[in-house]
Amino acid sequence: MSGFSFPILPTGHLLGIEGLEPPHINALLDLAESYALLNRQGKTQRDLLKGRTLINLFFEDSTRTRTSFELAGKRLGADIVNMSVSTSSVNKGETLLDTAATLNAMKTDLLVVRHPQSGAPSLLAQKVDAAVINAGDGTHEHPTQALLDALTIRRHKGALSDLVVAICGDVLHSRVARSNIHLLSAMGARLRVVGPPTLIPAECARLGVQVFHDMRAGLADADVVMMLRLQKERMTCGLVPSSREYFRFFGLDAAKLEVAKPDAIVMHPGPMNRGVEIDSAVADDPARSVIGEQVEMGVAVRMAVLDVLSRRLRRNA
Amino acid sequence: MRPLRITNARLLCPASGLDAPGALAVQGGRIAAIGADAAMEGADELDAGGAVLCPGLVDLRARVGEPGAEHRETIASAAQAAAAGGVTTICVPPDTDPALDDPALVEWLARRGEATRSVTLLPVAAATKGCAGLELVELGLLREAGAVAFSDGNRAIASARTMRLALSYARAFGMMVVQHPEEPSLSTGVATEGELATRLGLPGVPAAAEAIQVARDIALARLTGGQVHFAHVSTGAALALIRRAKEEGLRVTCDTAPPYFDLNETAIGGFRTYAKLSPPLRADADRLAVVAALADGTVDAVASDHAPQDADDKRLPFAQALAGGTGLATLLAVTLARVQAGDLPLMQAVALLTSRPAALLGIEAGTLRVGAPADLCLFQPDRAWQVRAGRMPGKAQNTPWDGRALEGRVIGTWKQGRRVFG
Repeated sequence: MSGFSFPILPTGHLLGIEGLEPPHINALLDLAESYALLNRQGKTQRDLLKGRTLINLFFEDSTRTRTSFELAGKRLGADIVNMSVSTSSVNKGETLLDTAATLNAMKTDLLVVRHPQSGAPSLLAQKVDAAVINAGDGTHEHPTQALLDALTIRRHKGALSDLVVAICGDVLHSRVARSNIHLLSAMGARLRVVGPPTLIPAECARLGVQVFHDMRAGLADADVVMMLRLQKERMTCGLVPSSREYFRFFGLDAAKLEVAKPDAIVMHPGPMNRGVEIDSAVADDPARSVIGEQVEMGVAVRMAVLDVLSRRLRRNA
Repeated sequence: MRPLRITNARLLCPASGLDAPGALAVQGGRIAAIGADAAMEGADELDAGGAVLCPGLVDLRARVGEPGAEHRETIASAAQAAAAGGVTTICVPPDTDPALDDPALVEWLARRGEATRSVTLLPVAAATKGCAGLELVELGLLREAGAVAFSDGNRAIASARTMRLALSYARAFGMMVVQHPEEPSLSTGVATEGELATRLGLPGVPAAAEAIQVARDIALARLTGGQVHFAHVSTGAALALIRRAKEEGLRVTCDTAPPYFDLNETAIGGFRTYAKLSPPLRADADRLAVVAALADGTVDAVASDHAPQDADDKRLPFAQALAGGTGLATLLAVTLARVQAGDLPLMQAVALLTSRPAALLGIEAGTLRVGAPADLCLFQPDRAWQVRAGRMPGKAQNTPWDGRALEGRVIGTWKQGRRVFG
């Protein structure tokens, strides 16, 4: 796939979806689609990133995203090191930029970063030689999640434009929601966000979405229903009174899903809180739920991103 | 010290309304004569070349690094920055380490200012012990030690009861209480709530947090008859409340700082921590409201809000970076940008930096009156220069205006007749 002509990503990093143009997004999705096919056929491309070092630098616990990047890197032949840095040891004195200097000294080619602070990957990208991939920063962006969601939708719905996509739940704290809003609105989807006003960020409509506070209104005739995870802390700080109230009004169950299009698909970035934002009967309904496929597409999308961001390195080699 | 005569200057004294070409003579550290025919036998002569000669700037709020943050700024380095900015009097906020809640500390700080011989430091004492918002300090003793006002620095006095007591008690000593107007329970975020903060995924502070605090404290000023002064006011809603309170005749005053009439929230785009300030930068509509309030007199003074931070405080993810920007060296030029834009007459801009803050403090400064201390600032209003972080006077380099071209440059500063810059 190295002969593939690809529009250069604006920064040489993947820090967010905001700023990417539809040609970038389409090309990434096309490439990911081809990796998805190879993955299903059990074929690998172990020479593509041979001799390249990928570091998974995780300042926040994550099993699935880290594993997904690790698998993607391995299928392309990269040498992979997982670094889990607990934020407490960072607070003991080593700053993010000290870490950056260490990684530079280790000659890292690709750096996958997850950090609890919005903007941390951008700060790292200014200081490291490696191509930086944002694997989720605070409540800012999670670009590979949006790409894998888009790929999953595209496989089911053919195209992204004009689809009605309802993103439901804790939009305020969701980097997944932000990246999805940027991506899907750039691709011409009609976006809605649905949730209690306390969990909808200020001026959300300015991001090009329609805001709903009622699930039935928000889900009416939707092609895609994307649920977000509700963290338990949101209850203790008073943004939501209780999980049972949340489930009653904003949790997705079969009754609420009825108003969506009959062929609407249900998505969730995981891990799910069953009985809080989503009912198990919906989450496990093979006719509706594409949650397993999202995970599968995650590996393919990350392979595509690693491939694209390492092209510059391969060209220089 | 030999007498000095500055000739060929444009004399600008907002306190008296003087704006005329002429000369000014200094003897014994004080202004001895002023006007077209100001003469002085045996004086050193200085041809100002038509530059503006105004009173040395009186800054209602600048942090000087001491005590407790000497790695960021020291009194000596802040004095350098002040001199380069034409500032000859600085009010120092009390949220230092330790806080300025003890008469000995207040005296010490004022003495350290005198020792620089270039800038007067006027301590603003803590309103509550340790600036913790609980127990009132010894306001009377602190005033005797040299405190010019009371405040908890950049921590709002949260309890309405504490604020009421502070305003009431300070009245007995004719002192004002300076409030940082951000309602604390709403102000846990790091950027003004709105589209930009939403896009950046940064926890927001609603702009209304300012008006909410201001509204409460205006009611307390009405209740107590005390004098409240709001620091760095940055929103149109708060300014509207202050304007109305002034019309009502309440003892309510306020200042703002250059970032709030020169920059808006877009400066933090791309997670630029050097534009992370307290209060946070606002939407442009609020910036315009601040400009209007400068022009209509609602704002009583422009303070530098000089807040030194070092690179390690700023090269962090946005929410973890410390707030604050330097401002002493850029105070005059950024304010003059409003004059160049046609928003303010020059006289009014200079008044906001000299006579009006001096009047608020009730000090003998900010005037070119004969007999007053010869604290002077000489500047060329149209001389262009560029702000360059790393090359600014003083130690702290965390300017939010890095790279910005400005017009109006200080070419000479005098403290009590002694040249301290230029």
